[in-house]
Amino acid sequence: MAVPTREEMYHALEERHGVELQRKLASAGVAVCGLGGLGSNIAIHLARAGVGRLHILDFDRVDISNLNRQQYFPEQLGEYKSDALYDTLKRIAPYCDIRRDCVKLTEDIIPELLCNDDIICEAFDKADQKAMLVNTVLEKLPDKYLVSGSGMAGISSANSIITRRVSRHFYICGDSESDVADGLGLVSARVAVCAAHEAHMVIRIIAEEYDV
Amino acid sequence: MLTINGREYDLNGKTVSEALAELGYGEQRVAVELNESIVPKDQYNSTVLYEGDHLEVVRFVGGG
Repeated sequence: MAVPTREEMYHALEERHGVELQRKLASAGVAVCGLGGLGSNIAIHLARAGVGRLHILDFDRVDISNLNRQQYFPEQLGEYKSDALYDTLKRIAPYCDIRRDCVKLTEDIIPELLCNDDIICEAFDKADQKAMLVNTVLEKLPDKYLVSGSGMAGISSANSIITRRVSRHFYICGDSESDVADGLGLVSARVAVCAAHEAHMVIRIIAEEYDV
Repeated sequence: MLTINGREYDLNGKTVSEALAELGYGEQRVAVELNESIVPKDQYNSTVLYEGDHLEVVRFVGGG
């Protein structure tokens, strides 16, 4: 079947989200930093919601160990995640303006790379990298909204994953405790719960609903 | 007394670095906000805590 037109897809979103919310979503720009279990799910949620501009960033390639929880296909093994996810997002939301960067984020390049995005999602897997991104954004890009994820490993209750507002522009999602360093595995559904918390907080910020 | 993550501590006069060490937080895995402002990592050693301060320490764990 032919892909619907831009107008047809926009109208379908308006019918579900309302005219006003869809206008805000369509004019928003969101960066997703890290395209693993958190980031690939976050980006898909935001593309489906009709976010106008997505900026996806990761330096890594799709590995067989990713397939238990990350939104990639076996035939994409070996591809850069930024390319593989770009292709999937374009199938979901063909008119979304997607910028992809195959890059390892460092303190030096973050301010320039993310300066045009309204909201930044931290979706890395390593604790020190999460801290590096959060500290750099809070220090160098203090006007951005920042949504981070920490604590989603293991099979504890999904109900322990929450969204917390740390300060005016900074939110954190997760249970704050479950650490892969403690030998806990990452299970698709629980990682996706945390990703959905991040994506939903982004949508609420876009809707100008800042409470958690 | 000052407040760290909603709990009261008697750490007046200590630096952020000393407070983090006392609480067992590794400096490479945290973000620290003092009275709603981010404390840059290179100022952990020179930022002194005073009576009534509110410190928020976000500790990151691995997984994503």
